[in-house]
Amino acid sequence: MIPVAFDYTAPSSVADAVSALGSDSEEIKVLAGGQSLIPVLRLRLAAPTLLVDIGRIPELRGITDEGDALVIGAMTTHAEVADSDLVKEHAGVLAKATEAVADPQVRHRGTLGGSLVHADPAGDLPAPILALDAELVIAGADGERTVPAANFFHDMFATAVGDREILTKVRIPKHTGWGAHYEKFTRVAQQWSIVAVAATVKVDGGSISAAKVALTNMGATPIRATGVEQALLGRAAAGDTVKQAASSAAEGTNPPTDTNGDASYRRHLANVLTGRAVLAAAAN
Amino acid sequence: MAQISIKVDGVEYADAVEPRTLLVHYLRDQVGKTGTVVGCDTSNCGSCTVHLDGTSVKSCTVLAVQADGHEVTTIEGLAKDGELHPMQQAFHENHALQCGFCTPGMVMQSIDLLRDNPSPTEEEVRHGLEGNLCRCTGYQNIVKAVLAAAESAPVRIGTAGGTL
Ligand SMILES: Cc1cc2nc3c(=O)[nH]c(=O)nc-3n(C[C@H](O)[C@H](O)[C@H](O)COP(=O)(O)OP(=O)(O)OC[C@H]3O[C@@H](n4cnc5c(N)ncnc54)[C@H](O)[C@@H]3O)c2cc1C
Ligand code: FES
Ligand code: FES
Repeated sequence: MIPVAFDYTAPSSVADAVSALGSDSEEIKVLAGGQSLIPVLRLRLAAPTLLVDIGRIPELRGITDEGDALVIGAMTTHAEVADSDLVKEHAGVLAKATEAVADPQVRHRGTLGGSLVHADPAGDLPAPILALDAELVIAGADGERTVPAANFFHDMFATAVGDREILTKVRIPKHTGWGAHYEKFTRVAQQWSIVAVAATVKVDGGSISAAKVALTNMGATPIRATGVEQALLGRAAAGDTVKQAASSAAEGTNPPTDTNGDASYRRHLANVLTGRAVLAAAAN
Repeated sequence: MAQISIKVDGVEYADAVEPRTLLVHYLRDQVGKTGTVVGCDTSNCGSCTVHLDGTSVKSCTVLAVQADGHEVTTIEGLAKDGELHPMQQAFHENHALQCGFCTPGMVMQSIDLLRDNPSPTEEEVRHGLEGNLCRCTGYQNIVKAVLAAAESAPVRIGTAGGTL
């Protein structure tokens, strides 16, 4: 289908974009890579009167090394994140999760910022961002503010980014030397996660000295499996001990029931996939 | 209306479009590149795949205004002087199509796949075509064609405007 008619503006700076969002009389949508928004417009599930395209703002693109952290511009594409040597080295679990998103064409257009603000419970990037204790920088009329990932995801499709604001960048503390894995469970190609697990661990002398685990699609927002993280500390990075620690992954979650599986099946998946994700992370 | 200028298959176009115009509709209805087709409403099928500045995109999921100032290559821009592009030739020789509806998108994505990974395994070919659906062939001969094109050496895969 053809979207409803809207006005369009493509500012060249964040300041101009924020002022374009300021108008109260309009139903405004920010357009990033368009890989979620354009399908929504085509199906006429949204009818904005103005699109503010942030794709022509150079300061929103790119990956920079800031010493103890990586900073990724919101408009950096999935393909750029997945291919980046900096991301692979210092935030491996984000690189692996990004490779698992959609298909090559969508990864050429879709952006990290767009995925995080879209906040689909089955989206693959919120969980690694939460696991890596990232910080998100948001620009609005009152200037810039920084929100930790733990406070960013409010509900299904709802984040700390307000209607008149723009997510500008993501700051990720370096996890250099940590093993990483993203275990995504789907039934068919090019599918959203039924359940997925982002795991990154530090192994010293065969035992786990630090572990971060987050779950995709086990509730309205991504969830840290803190019980598992604690149970893994000091344990051998091997089969049975890891599986035992992972068996509490689904505690405190609230997974959906839908045509891909009911809540109890998802709880089972979360435990099994967490074990696999941690073992694979510890092995690389 | 918005004014855009886009290079399509090597030719410059300057046109007025409504901001809501999808790139695929601009290509088909205004430029006349009906070789690029629309197969779905949900961005899943990949039949509309073109190259935007040398990388594959689903042209139903890009607005024409987003492509302003950029360069597009469609299936119609591949053959040179009556000679099929090596990927088209490989599809032809390996019987990689039946109804042919998915073929424009399959060929464009297959070229992108080899640009990214010139010697893929069978598994990597299947994975790289994840965003393109075929209702006829069962994919076997498509995978065969891409592997054959990769082997038959000089698939010259340039970026936009290059020697596609
Ligand atoms: C066929 C298909 C399969 C897919 N499969 C997967 C998958 O398996 N896993 C997965 O995680 N995703 C998947 N996606 C979604 C894809 O990852 C999108 O790229 C992503 O959800 C949105 O990013 P975008 O840049 O395209 O954002 P857009 O579509 O442009 O925007 C999405 C929403 O976020 C808002 N927004 C975007 N950027 C900003 C910003 N910087 N500041 C404020 N608001 C902003 C927009 O207003 C809009 O509401 C799939 C998409 C398609 C079409
Ligand atoms: S028409 Fe189906 S993905 Fe574009
Ligand atoms: S040949 Fe008919 S859809 Fe692929």
